[in-house]
Amino acid sequence: MALIEIRNLAKAFGTVKAVDDVTLDIGSGEFITLLGPSGSGKTTVLRMIAGFEDPDAGSISLAGEDITHLPPFDRDVNTVFQDYALFPHMTIQENVEYGLRTRKVPKVERAKQALDAIASVKLEQTADRLPHQLSGGQRQRIALARALVLRPRVLLLDEPLGALDRQLREEMQIELKKIQRDAGITFIFVTHDQEEAMRMSDRIVVFNEGKVEQVGTPQDVYNKPATRFVAGFLGAANILSGEDAKKIFGKSKTVSIRPERMRLQPSNSKISNDESSVSAVVQEAAFVGANTVYIVETEFGFRLNVSKTNTELLGQDKSFAAGDRVLVVWHNSQAAEIPA
Amino acid sequence: MTQVVAKKQSKPISSYLLRRTKVRLLSILALPMTWIVGVYIVSLFLLLITAFWNVDPFTSLVSPGFNLENFKMVLTVPAYIATSIRTLLIALSVTAICIFFAIPLGIYMAKIAKPWVRNLLAVAITLPLWAGYLVKIIAMRLVFTEEGFFNWAMAPFGIRGPGFSIPIVILTLTYLWFPYMALPVYTAIRQIPPNLFDASSDMGAKGFTTIYRVVFPLITPAVIAGSVFTFSLSLGDYLAARFTGGATQMIGSIIAQNINLNPPVAAAYSMIPIFFIVIYLMVARRTGSLERM
Repeated sequence: MALIEIRNLAKAFGTVKAVDDVTLDIGSGEFITLLGPSGSGKTTVLRMIAGFEDPDAGSISLAGEDITHLPPFDRDVNTVFQDYALFPHMTIQENVEYGLRTRKVPKVERAKQALDAIASVKLEQTADRLPHQLSGGQRQRIALARALVLRPRVLLLDEPLGALDRQLREEMQIELKKIQRDAGITFIFVTHDQEEAMRMSDRIVVFNEGKVEQVGTPQDVYNKPATRFVAGFLGAANILSGEDAKKIFGKSKTVSIRPERMRLQPSNSKISNDESSVSAVVQEAAFVGANTVYIVETEFGFRLNVSKTNTELLGQDKSFAAGDRVLVVWHNSQAAEIPA
Repeated sequence: MTQVVAKKQSKPISSYLLRRTKVRLLSILALPMTWIVGVYIVSLFLLLITAFWNVDPFTSLVSPGFNLENFKMVLTVPAYIATSIRTLLIALSVTAICIFFAIPLGIYMAKIAKPWVRNLLAVAITLPLWAGYLVKIIAMRLVFTEEGFFNWAMAPFGIRGPGFSIPIVILTLTYLWFPYMALPVYTAIRQIPPNLFDASSDMGAKGFTTIYRVVFPLITPAVIAGSVFTFSLSLGDYLAARFTGGATQMIGSIIAQNINLNPPVAAAYSMIPIFFIVIYLMVARRTGSLERM
């Protein structure tokens, strides 16, 4: 049985359907990410699990118990907020003790637990300071400690890394993942950053316009996108459909091919049996450091993006320039057909 | 072709002021400092001096001098002491009642009310500020007079108003100064990030715990700011006591009575509310709330 079972969940704000018939199972100890653009309903789902929003329809159960309409303070879940939501008038230690205090943990015991939690995020020296005296990254860790000290069954994280700079964010991604593994707590993580989602998650739930587009491992959603939206939202994709697809594949269907799963060859070269190709002319070649991104126009008139890893030093690759006639080649298995 | 080059104009005053920072500071502050020092500080100082002067008991003629009789009088005569304490208690009661009503009202307006209700209440709170001060006192007088609205409306229940007395003075002053408490408190509650309410309940706190542990501490500066108004305005008021207090005397009433007969005593007595307010501000300062005003 799944730890959290979400059934046909719906929530509207005015006439806008923020969440529309969402059904989802989340396993115990899982790191699951709700991914989608802003306004896609991912945060609203999280807030309904936390109890901050009351669903219009559907149900949420935690470990078999129906929690759909329980207030936040009666749920065994805790939240790390986007802007951390530390109480500005309390010291770091008082902040971390807050939840223990409402649970009437005796003073000595709660001080001990709070200091342990602060130490676990390596910020012992800040216990007596006020939140505004800490950096963004430190506040983020305190917010995490404050939620974890209550040992919830499920930790909800609402874009917790959004305000951090890139380097700090990548450090925190690794640390969060480690904390999740060590504590064995189920993490439900909300982000709009697809790279972050793929880096951390066991499974990704892709949201769009209040609906779940696809649920799967990072490899699943990246390699086998279920919808056009998923193909386009996670990384770059060449999506072929209608007439364009018919010219290449012989029948009208929707196919997604990642730019890095295609390669360019001189126009007169050969390809192997399990590969497909289309001849094209290079329109633009953009050097972006690790890769070169080519925009080519095919003989059928549509354009494709092709990305090549810059490994010239090995002496194996040939670079192309704008105007070159080329063959765009891909392995047949890399052309992912999109069902919808 | 002739080319017109815009010539850079020299600006002697600006360049002079840019270099002379002291002159610049002086010219910025000259006007407000004249106001504060010349009009406010000097007149307060003159008041203080007058308090030491003599008055002829028969002719009421004031003559400069130095005696402490006036201060001795306001600090030792039982009637003066009683009035000081009465005024202090009235001002504290008004402040307490304002706080007591402003906080739930602020929470309701900021967190629960729909936008149109919120706007309506905001207008309802500020609207009385547009009415004249004396008009509002007279209005209260009409409500609580012997044949007034209160007694008429409560007659079926067998309830009669207390008549013009201290409770009605407190009520009138509360009515007069409530906006000065309600607005800062409401604004402060609105400024609390909504996430803090979520975070509090997320960590197991029910509504009252959140109000007690999160809302109260965060709005304390606003409450202090509001109370500086309600307290000091009540302390110095005398028209409310005069029109709705019956025989009730406040510090202001006594100063008003003496202002022509015995100005030095009035001056000495006016030092009492100033003293109370200084104490009050010092206590407020200790809580650290004035820095955040």
